Parts: sequence; C-alpha cells; structure tokens
Amino acid sequence: MDAIALSRLQFALTAGFHWLFVPLTLGLIILVAIMETMYVRTGDRVYLNMTKFWGKLFLINFAVGVVTGITLEFQFGMNWAEYSKYVGDIFGAPLAIEATVAFFLESTFLGIWIFGWKKIGKKTHLFSVWMVALGSNLSALWILIANAWMQHPVGYVLKDGRAEMVDFAALIFSSHAWAKFFHAVSSGWVVASFFVMGVSAYHLLRKNETDFFKRSLKFGAVFGLAASLFLALIGDTSGVQVAETQPSKFAAMESLWETQSGAPEYMLAIPDSKNERNTIEILPIPKLASFLAFHDWNAEVKGLKEFAPDMRPPVGLTFFSFRAMVGLGTYFILAAALALFFIRKGTIQDKPWFLKVLLFSIPLPYIAGEVGWIVAEVGRQPWIVYGLMKTSDAVSKNLTVAHVVLSLVGFVAFYGLLGIIDFMLLAKYAKKGPEKA
Amino acid sequence: MELSTLQIIWFALWGLLWAVYFMLDGFDFGAGMLLPVLAQSDTDRRVIINTLGPVWDGNEVWLITAGGATFAAFPTTYAYMFSWLYLPLLAILFCLIFRGVAFEFRGKKDSDGWRKTWDRVIVTTSFLASLLFGVAFGNIFRGIPINMVNGEFVYEGNFFLLLNPYALLTGIMFVLIFAFHGALWISCKTTGDLQQKAEETHKKLFLLMLAVILLFLIYTWFDTYLFVNYMELPAWFLVVALCAAAFIAAGFMKGVKAFLLSCAGIVLTVFTGIIGLFPNLIPSNIAPEFSLTAFNSSSSQYTLTIMTFVVLIFVPIVIIYQAWTYYIFRHPVRPEDVADPDVETY
Repeated sequence: MDAIALSRLQFALTAGFHWLFVPLTLGLIILVAIMETMYVRTGDRVYLNMTKFWGKLFLINFAVGVVTGITLEFQFGMNWAEYSKYVGDIFGAPLAIEATVAFFLESTFLGIWIFGWKKIGKKTHLFSVWMVALGSNLSALWILIANAWMQHPVGYVLKDGRAEMVDFAALIFSSHAWAKFFHAVSSGWVVASFFVMGVSAYHLLRKNETDFFKRSLKFGAVFGLAASLFLALIGDTSGVQVAETQPSKFAAMESLWETQSGAPEYMLAIPDSKNERNTIEILPIPKLASFLAFHDWNAEVKGLKEFAPDMRPPVGLTFFSFRAMVGLGTYFILAAALALFFIRKGTIQDKPWFLKVLLFSIPLPYIAGEVGWIVAEVGRQPWIVYGLMKTSDAVSKNLTVAHVVLSLVGFVAFYGLLGIIDFMLLAKYAKKGPEKA
Repeated sequence: MELSTLQIIWFALWGLLWAVYFMLDGFDFGAGMLLPVLAQSDTDRRVIINTLGPVWDGNEVWLITAGGATFAAFPTTYAYMFSWLYLPLLAILFCLIFRGVAFEFRGKKDSDGWRKTWDRVIVTTSFLASLLFGVAFGNIFRGIPINMVNGEFVYEGNFFLLLNPYALLTGIMFVLIFAFHGALWISCKTTGDLQQKAEETHKKLFLLMLAVILLFLIYTWFDTYLFVNYMELPAWFLVVALCAAAFIAAGFMKGVKAFLLSCAGIVLTVFTGIIGLFPNLIPSNIAPEFSLTAFNSSSSQYTLTIMTFVVLIFVPIVIIYQAWTYYIFRHPVRPEDVADPDVETY
C-alpha cells in the first residue's frame, strides 16, 4: 500500500472509531437532560437516580469520544495537507467555529454538571445539562456543515489556485448540510434510545429495580420511535440530494449499471465491477429506485456506465452498506414501536423474549451508523470534494509510508486498548445498576 | 478592512489563542506532573485531580480552537506545519488522548494497581506534552529548514533535527513554567499539608525556573532572529520586562495573587515569542523569504472577516462562562469533599 491508501485507511479507522462514541453522546445527553428536567419539575427521586445512573454511563462513553475527535482535526493537516491547502479557506472556518461556538459550551458546562451537584442550585444545574446537550448537538452541526461541503461544495470560487469562500450563508444554509446534520444526529438519538432500552431490558429480565428500568425503557421507546421515524424521513431527503448532486454515488448505492427510466430497486444484487454488471439480481421492486432518487416513479436514473471506470466508487461496499443501513433503519422503527406498544399495555416485563431482543439490539444502531458513513464517504470516491478535488490529489506530499505505518500501528494499538477498556467499563457500570439512594 | 490589517489581527489572535491555552492547560499539566511530588496518599492524589476536574476539559478546547483558527485563518501554514511535524504532533496527540481518558478511568475500578497505572499515565503525559509543546515552539522560534523548490515550500528537516539543544531548552523551560504554575494552582485549591507542600514546591521551583528563563533569553539572542523586531522598536522590550516582573512577583507572593501573576507571566512569555516572530508563523532558517508568514499563508479577506466576527462575538461569551466556572469552583477541594458519595468526583 502507498501513503494515500494508508492515509485513507487511517482516516477511515479513526473516524469510524470516533463514531462509536459520538452517537451515544449526542442522544444520551438529551435523554439525561429530559430525566433531570422531570426531576426538577416533579421532585421525584427516581428521576434523580435515573439522571445519575444514565449520566455516569454518558460520562464513561464521552471520555473516549471527546479525545478521539482531536485526531481528526490533526489528520487534515498531517495526512491531507494538499487538501487543507486547497480548500482550507472555506473548510477551515466551520471547524474553527465548531470549537469556538459548540465545543467550549459542551466541555465547560459538562464540568459544571459533573462536579456542580452541591455547588449550584437545581435550576442552574439543569441549565448546565441542557447546555451540554446543546453544545454537543451544535458541534455535530458544524462538523456536518464541513462534511456536507465535501459532498456538495457551495459558496466558493476557484482563485489563486485554491477554493476561496465567497458566500458564508451558502455554506451554512446548504440544504445538504442540514439534511446530513439531522440524519447524523437522529442516528445518534436512535443509538442512545436502543442503548437505554437494551440496558433496561437487561435489568428487567433479572427483575432488578423494576420501576426504575420500566420508566427508563419508556423514555427510550418514546424517544427511539420519534427519532427513528425522523431518521428515516430525513434519510429519504438525503437520498434525493445524493441522486441530484452525486449521481455516481447513487448509482453505486443501487448497483445500477445502465441509465434507465423507472429504475427498479433490487433487494439483493451482487455487483461485478469488472464486467460492469450484476451477477445476481433478486427481488426487484419495480420503479422504486427512481422514486427514491427523485420522488417520481418514472424518473431517469443515471447508471454507473455513465462514468469512466476510475470515476466510480467501490460498488459492492457502497451497495451492501446502503442495504444494511436501510434494513436496520426499518427495524428500529418496528422495534421501538413494538416496545412502546408493550409498555402501553403494561406487559413488557412479562415478555422475556422481547426484552432479549432489545438487549441484543444494542449494537445494531452502531452498525447502522458505521455503514451509513461508509455509504457517504466511500460512495463519494474517487472524490474527496465531489467534482472538485480527487482524494489521490489531497494527500500530503512529504508523507512517507514509514510515517503512516507508524501512526497507523499506534492508532490501532492505542485505540484498540481504549476501546476495550471503555466498553468494559460501560458494561460494568450498566450491569451494576443505579446506586441505592 | 484591508487584507493586510486582517492578517495582522489574525496573527495577534493566533498568538493570543496559544497564550490562553498555555495559561490554562499549563496549570493542568503542572498539577499532573507534580502528582508524585506533592501527593502522599491516594486521597491527596484524588484531591489534586479533582481540583482539575471541572476545568481541564474546557481548558483543552483552547487548543482545539487554536488549531482550528490556524486552519481557518492560515490554511497554508496549517497544512505544512502539521504534515512536516507529523511525528511530534502524533506524540502530542497520543499524550492528550491518554491524559484525557486517564482522568475519567482512574476512579472507575476499585484496585490500587489500576489507579496507579492511570496516575502514571497522568504524570507521564502531562510532562511529555509540556516538553513537546516547548520543543515545537522552540523550533518555531528558531526556524526550521524550509526550502523553496519550483515555487513550492519544501521541508528539509527530520524528527531528530527537531531535538536540537535550543528546542530542548525551550521544552525544559515549558516544563518548569508549567510545574511552577501548577504548584501555585494546587496551593490555591487545596488545604492543610498538601497546600503547604505545594507552597514549598513553588518556592523551590522559582529560582530554577528563573535561571532557565534567563538562559533561554541569552540562547535566543544568539541562536534566533527573534530580537530583530525588538531592535527595530525597542519599546517592545517592555513586554519582556513585564513578563519577567510578573514571574518574579509570582515567585515572591503567595496564593491567588501569585497564581494570577503567573498566568500573566505565561501570556507575556508567548507574546515575547510572538512579537519576535512577526510576521512569521514558521520562519525558514534557510532563507527568510522562504518563511511561512501571516501574509503569504492566510485565508482570503472574506474568510478572515467572517472569522473575525465569529471570534469577536463568541470568544467573549466563552470567557464569561468559563470565568463563571472558576467562580463556582473557587473553593479549595478538601479531603472530605472527595469522600462524599453524593457528589460525583474523579
């Protein structure tokens, strides 16, 4: 492998690792903030214990999420210097604004929230948890603005051999940015909902703290159903945007080789990139691909053959990742709805099979989030900025294979270690249950 | 505003962000390094770590902001600096990653071995991060071998060249200043024996730090071009004098006053360097015209204008709520505070 391939692998691994922690942060803090709000409103100690128990899990998870974010900012300069030089004028701004506007808010108020229980009034304490929730979700907004610009560059001109910002409003009000933002954060809300439901199910199966965990499960189910419906809805919007502005990505998501009107959606296909066809195509739903692309059953969808072979993304990976994401997304709606149904009937604690389903569903939204990013990032290849700059032109010129191998090995070893420790601690404290107050 | 005015403003802001970062994370690093020197028991260690608890994360965001601002305002410098200094930055990154999780992890398992391991991580990474930041800035002050080939900047150095005596001295100076700063922080935020021990350490470090700073200034005079700007406008020497005065006063005083003076000392130290560097962000020691400067590596006028507004609006807000945090947690942490099961502590 050369320095480009290694740098791509390193970015993929470090970003993918970061995204194992960020989604839970984004969602769980909202749930914790709602729990604390209920406590402040009703004075019910159970809500206080819920706030503290889920809050502790939030913190264990947060620690790794926050430190692995720095790596991504550093890598733009370390491995992707040509990229940073070429687009830094417009791409650097949202990153700097993220730190200034959002990250400070999140980190500072988190300190107040953790250590301030006896130092400030109840309402001020509640305010600080909402500021953390606002900060972390705002942080996602600025990062997604930056990412959306890579998917669909707007608000710039090419001048003096680089992309220069000329329209800040176009950058931050880009419809792609907002669709990606809502899609990404709602995926985090789903992760948190299923985490809360799964951990609660674990304890309900053991008849441990039934009242506490039934209430928690209800929080997870209500939030989870709302979030997964919203996630699917906004995902549909994102799909149309991709079809309109990144046709090669959309064609790969569908493994569609020939341009056609009323394109069908295959539930399963096995792409054969060499021969530019699919070896197997089964379960076609007529015209669905056209509908997903343009909300028009007969619309023409561009096939992969419209693009030179070296201008196509890896088809198989994009196609299967997209299938996995959509399949899981559908499952989340059903599972959350069923959970809510059983809760309303008051029978959820008598359904051990369903509680087990919820328990084993904890990893699924994580997987969905990872494959979702694969669709977005692998599907954009060979572009680093769609239509503007190729990934192969973006890597730092002075980079040697030895440098990247060294850093890659370091990341794999250290991240592996941190990941294992963090998940073990998370499991330990999740199993332990709330402190007896 | 004109482009060149904006570039000068951003050069100053760049220096200011680094100065604030070192002023804040400096005492975190210092307190971390002094853990084995000051703490006699696990309770002592927990007290020290809990004085940092509410603030260290917010402090570190100043680094992210300094990095992000460099990216947004001087993308060319950002790109070259990070790719050229690949290995040292990687080392700093790993230090910060491990240091961050260590605070959260250390109390999460009831085992002496576990806590000791993470304490060692805190001590080592605090020391190494301080040293490496110093080495990095030492190299920036001194200049690095940047050449110009076919109209492009090319770096002709390597990792071992960065470990030159001047840079190492700067690294040691950073370590000592941060340790001094950290001792003052702990003396303000603890009680009893721990506080007394911190005060003694502060006194012990004072002369050593002063001697190294003096050595650094002499070495700087002979080994760098930093004082050229000062010779052109000798009034700038006032900054150096104020810096020295702040540190000396911090050495003779005690408590919060001494800590605030040491804060001022760190900010003025960074500005002593920044004034000497202007307009260079990274000087070339091959030829001055190959240096990366505020003028040849900045963003466009439009982007700098937008970023100026962002900073002018949001940084004051950040300062207000961070100051509020320090106010909320103004009282010293006592041993009985970390024993209270009703309060979340590290």
